[in-house]
Amino acid sequence: MQYISQIIFTLILIAGIGYFASNVKKLFRNIKLGKDLDVSDNKPQRWKNMAKIALGQTKMVVRPIAGFLHVIVYVGFIVINIEVLEIVIDGVFGTHRIGLHVLNKSVYGFLIGTFEVLAVLVLTSVIIFWIRRNIIKLKRFWSAEMTGWPKSDGNIILYFEVVLMCLFLLMNATDATFQNLGSGNIVSQFIAPLFEGMSEGNVHMIERTAWWIHIIGILVFLNYLYFSKHLHILLAFPNTYYGKLIPKGQFSNNEAVTKEVKLMMDPSADPFAAPAEDAPVPEKFGASDVTDLSWVQLLNAYTCTECGRCTSECPANITGKKLSPRKIMMDTRDRLVEVGKNIDANKGTFVPDGKQLLGDYITNEELWACTSCNACVQACPVSIDPLSIIMDMRQYLVMEQSAAPSDLNNMMGNIENNGAPWPFNQQDRLNWANES
Amino acid sequence: MSNEINVPTMASLFAEGKQPEVLFWVGCAGSFDDRAKKITKAFVKILNKANVNFAVLGTEESCTGDPAKRAGNEFLFQMQAVTNIEVLNAYDVKKVVTACPHCFNTLKNEYPGLGGTYEVVHHTQFLKQLLEEGRITMEGGKFKGKRITFHDPCYLGRANDVYEAPRDLIRKLDAELVEMKSCKTRGLCCGAGGAQMFKEAEKGDKEINIERTEQALEVQPDIIAAGCPFCNTMMTDGVKNKEKEASIAVMDIAELIASADDL
Ligand code: SF4
Ligand code: SF4
Repeated sequence: MQYISQIIFTLILIAGIGYFASNVKKLFRNIKLGKDLDVSDNKPQRWKNMAKIALGQTKMVVRPIAGFLHVIVYVGFIVINIEVLEIVIDGVFGTHRIGLHVLNKSVYGFLIGTFEVLAVLVLTSVIIFWIRRNIIKLKRFWSAEMTGWPKSDGNIILYFEVVLMCLFLLMNATDATFQNLGSGNIVSQFIAPLFEGMSEGNVHMIERTAWWIHIIGILVFLNYLYFSKHLHILLAFPNTYYGKLIPKGQFSNNEAVTKEVKLMMDPSADPFAAPAEDAPVPEKFGASDVTDLSWVQLLNAYTCTECGRCTSECPANITGKKLSPRKIMMDTRDRLVEVGKNIDANKGTFVPDGKQLLGDYITNEELWACTSCNACVQACPVSIDPLSIIMDMRQYLVMEQSAAPSDLNNMMGNIENNGAPWPFNQQDRLNWANES
Repeated sequence: MSNEINVPTMASLFAEGKQPEVLFWVGCAGSFDDRAKKITKAFVKILNKANVNFAVLGTEESCTGDPAKRAGNEFLFQMQAVTNIEVLNAYDVKKVVTACPHCFNTLKNEYPGLGGTYEVVHHTQFLKQLLEEGRITMEGGKFKGKRITFHDPCYLGRANDVYEAPRDLIRKLDAELVEMKSCKTRGLCCGAGGAQMFKEAEKGDKEINIERTEQALEVQPDIIAAGCPFCNTMMTDGVKNKEKEASIAVMDIAELIASADDL
């Protein structure tokens, strides 16, 4: 009988972790659909950023209330997971509270006591989060892009946390061995009396049930991540590592263009020369679909937490324009997931589906509303760069489709002809010096 | 106020076999926009007063390409950049100062990748340096007790982390520096960046410069200071829109200093 539960446990564990691993593989494949980008520079700075921003949550606390609550949930989550280690060992080897056997009683009591306190803190934070989302209706959780799945996703995670924390406390409260220990049951000792009238067998049943649901819940949660914005608890780390290191105002110079410009400016180049045989097919300029973006931009999309901090700082969004940098990230992810499913359904190759990121997800109107001010980049707590996607798509609109607003075409014509965005003659550039 | 200013060009200095300490990159707005030309002149007056050995490119200057790049025309941008770099390198330019954060950002960050590496400073950084070196002084207390708020240009602040130089200068004016609710890293764009200056805004509830002007008005300033010709235009329009132009001035940091010194 003992062995049966051990076997069942191990099977569930393998299934849970196996399914997760297969999804992670898909995740990697999808991210790698993006274009190559060399980010092997300045490793020390990258590690530092990851430590500060992801581990240290420095950007979360820019908004103190949300930041503080998030730190609690985050620390609680990590620390309480140590308890999962015990659960797994117990489950596989049929032991009970293995920690009690390997650790000193007072150390064990201290550990579990800490977990219990954290569980209560997490519960409180999660409830406040829920209230902010659903009762106070914070504006950034009620924007146009936050309906349907994105909205329920946020709440589902909160419910998960509540249930897991309650199960943890319940499990401790109904565990006679643990309660008899008389140490570490800081919180659960107040729950234990509820079960006093019950038979020992029933209490034990409740303890076992809570224990099983708790571990299964954690496995379900793990597998839920892949489908949810909650993926950020894993991806925030690589994402902050690969985040932009150069000044925010520095936009990369498109190298394909540099080659063409060099050719054009080179007086010795023969304009009528036939392209070399092995010349690569000219690249598409800019981005119209996810595969035109770099893998870091795709990683960004999977990392986005949909917190809306970017959007709430975006001047275009604040003044009622259609642009929302959060939506840019969500659209990119949605399209990437769609492309990934297409590949899965077609035995590993992408079969054109007549859709693309530009137009089917993101409209020109959104793209043209951006002032390139970097407020979104600054605001993002996990180093996402929505602006880079906007700029790449603008490049596509202008260089591949000549689809700039007519005012901008005039401006560009002026630069081309007069060396200034206005229709003034370059020869008049110094006139100001002599005007009174 | 005298109007006599001395503006040497690179070409003329070159003919005399001289090399200036710094090239003043005027920029398109600074060259052609009536409001921005005043900023250009104010800055030149300070340079003259401080005996800075500078020069401008004059008719050899061309748009840096910033608006083209932000609009998505990478090709036009690089053509401009490569042309400008040829001129700058021919004169063996080492140091560039500019009053336009867009030129500043492009020259400093995007030109090196195309073969043009210079030490580029924004005029507020340059002025601060002149002050620290004692080459200019600010006395008189013309702005004593005046409430001045500074609007962070995105391409100076967030884009390049320059927040303090302009503020230090305002403090040196003996003025009371008051901050808007969105400032420094959380500053709000004036609405002109990313080539928006040259087109109609997309449909929305409000123009961005109006929103920003409202934030400025909340702190009841006497002067809204800016460090960018485009911000200057946007904020001036905003103040006019609110019919406050009689009581609130929009001024560039260079203009503040020139006026404090009665230049
Ligand atoms: S850079 Fe563009 S998207 Fe980002 S906040 Fe500014 S206007 Fe909005
Ligand atoms: S891009 Fe960053 S700030 Fe914007 S919603 Fe996603 S995680 Fe939040």
